[in-house]
Amino acid sequence: MRVRRSLGVLAALATTGLVLAACGGGSASTPAASGSGGGAGSTRMPDPPAGTKATAVGAGEGQLNLIAWAGYAENGSTDKTIDWVTPFTQASGCQVNVKIGNTSDEMVTLMKTGQYDGVSASGDATLRLIYGGDVAPVNTDLVPNYATISDFLKLRPWNAVNGVAYGIPHGWGANVLLYNKAVVTSPPDSWGVVFDPASPYKGKVTAYDSPIYIADAALYLKATKPDLKITNPYELDDAQFTAAVDLLKQQKGLVGEYWSDYTKAVSAIESGNTVLGTSWQVIANLVQADKKVEIGTVLPKEGATGWSDTWMVASKAAHPNCMYKWMDWITSPKVNAQVAEYFGEAPAQTKACENTSDKGFCDTFHALDKAYADQIAYWTTPTKSCGDGRGTVCKDYAAWTQAWTTIKG
Amino acid sequence: MDDDQGVTAARRRPAVVGAASAFLHRHPRVRLAGLLSAPMLWLAVAYLGSLAVMLVTSLWSVDSFTTQLVRQPTLDNFRTLLTEPVYRTVALRSLGVAALVTVVDAVIALPMAFYMAKVASPRARRLLVAAVLTPLWASYLVKAYAWRTMLAEGGVLNWALAPVGGSGPGFGVAATAITLAYLWLPYMILPVYAGLDRLPDSLLEASGDLGATAGRTFRSVVLPLVLPAVVAGSIFTFSLSLGDYITVKIVGGSSQLFANVIYDNIGVAGNLPFAAAAALFPVLAILLYLTLVRRTGALDNL
Repeated sequence: MRVRRSLGVLAALATTGLVLAACGGGSASTPAASGSGGGAGSTRMPDPPAGTKATAVGAGEGQLNLIAWAGYAENGSTDKTIDWVTPFTQASGCQVNVKIGNTSDEMVTLMKTGQYDGVSASGDATLRLIYGGDVAPVNTDLVPNYATISDFLKLRPWNAVNGVAYGIPHGWGANVLLYNKAVVTSPPDSWGVVFDPASPYKGKVTAYDSPIYIADAALYLKATKPDLKITNPYELDDAQFTAAVDLLKQQKGLVGEYWSDYTKAVSAIESGNTVLGTSWQVIANLVQADKKVEIGTVLPKEGATGWSDTWMVASKAAHPNCMYKWMDWITSPKVNAQVAEYFGEAPAQTKACENTSDKGFCDTFHALDKAYADQIAYWTTPTKSCGDGRGTVCKDYAAWTQAWTTIKG
Repeated sequence: MDDDQGVTAARRRPAVVGAASAFLHRHPRVRLAGLLSAPMLWLAVAYLGSLAVMLVTSLWSVDSFTTQLVRQPTLDNFRTLLTEPVYRTVALRSLGVAALVTVVDAVIALPMAFYMAKVASPRARRLLVAAVLTPLWASYLVKAYAWRTMLAEGGVLNWALAPVGGSGPGFGVAATAITLAYLWLPYMILPVYAGLDRLPDSLLEASGDLGATAGRTFRSVVLPLVLPAVVAGSIFTFSLSLGDYITVKIVGGSSQLFANVIYDNIGVAGNLPFAAAAALFPVLAILLYLTLVRRTGALDNL
């Protein structure tokens, strides 16, 4: 409800600078209307190393080596009832070997070894993989289930370059503002509560321990400091970047603990060490299931950062046919519903919503809600090129990483 | 091996083996080289070699976009390390934590080891040695997470201190130092215990007979003789603390240590050259420490 009320404000804000995205998403079911030919302000990205797109999917090679987020490729070894890999092997004959990647950075490093056929990459890894020549363009015609994937996820800056798709969307979610209802009695509606120097929750605030969290500060500044003219929290020039970093340095005084391991985040919330801060829906679900503390989550009026994951094919994949079969399998309505419910995110497949065991699931996660999805500033790899008329004056991920060390002091 | 046996064995073997054996017998240096080559090769290639590779890597850089290595020598990494104040702050904090952990461990270990070596009955001594060693069998992570639970908001420490109006330190640098001091305590107790065990009881008795008080005996007899053992233990506690990056992630709250800078540049940024440059700081710090320690003769106690 809060979300809907703040939509008006957001409509103005949520141009998000993802101009490419606005163009592609606006033209609904014709994903061909993509960035390169797009509207005013969109710039063409430099061309990545040429990769060959598959033209047909032949018989499976019998093997498939994947890098995946924990919970994305479950074969029953975590929980006997959670298994969509074994049925895939039975259907395709592809034996699946899964390597869990703990961070986007680890996934990029693993992909560089060339030993894997595919990866479930988040937006802050995809461009690095594309420009590193580690992944190949994807022929979406060879993935029948691609047709019914939410249009607002197709050909976005984090899964396509210059109108060429580099992967199949898997699922997405927003980083929400989580609060302990017993301590934070009036529900917050702004990220201001985690940045306010006079916060009564000093020492109990949490923040995500990754350079990509700088975007959260930038997103807040975009709404509160219009003079900085921030259009996209991942495209920050010197002045904007400094402002975001300064805000985070000041926030450090409030932060009790930074989290990156979600189980650690759950324990900190349950013990009361953390009462307020950025979080994931899956963390909120786990805390609510344990019933130790009462918590609430909101999507603040400034919008939020989030992730949108994409299955990508390695450019040197030894088993490309199996990978194409896998991408179609994981985005099929039933399987995509299973994954989304297990992980706690919105499924990319629109038809997945008919297959969830909890019928209200897609509503909880706003899976089909384009307006909600547009409020999210999805994790994207920051590059020197600003993606608009400013040229190459923006801070790249290396600068973000160094700044993150400085922020933590 | 007995020489006569060697000769008899050689007679029975084929001529080539016999000749080789005779050659080695006549050239002890060659024999020595052969014996030592495997461990030396290990030391040179796996240890010094990797240090050399690290040194070379620290002069390279990465293409920030593709994260590919750029193999062109530059001193930029070192310039950043020396000019950005944050690295100095983190380095000093790490040295401070390592020194604090060492001091705390020494203060706890001395009376403990003294009791074990000089006061306890042989049976109690064996039990105490076992008690000191047992925690080393438990996983590092289990112990660190146990401290996380104890130091947490509703944890044991706060519960125990609440009646006297106190509260635990919460997560942060203090919690990190406490946890590290706990983790590395056995590495301090054992060398100190060994050092005290070697100290003849007669010296203590002689000191007592000459009229020295317990405090005086400790200061003038025990401490000078056991100091090399304490320093030997401190090598472990200091270097292990300086290299640790996991404990601070678990109980360090929003803090970070120097090893986290290295880790983040490998794991997060994929910037191996910068990580290599940063990693030279703990290497140099430990080398300097070892040079100082060598003068106390503590290295003979290891």
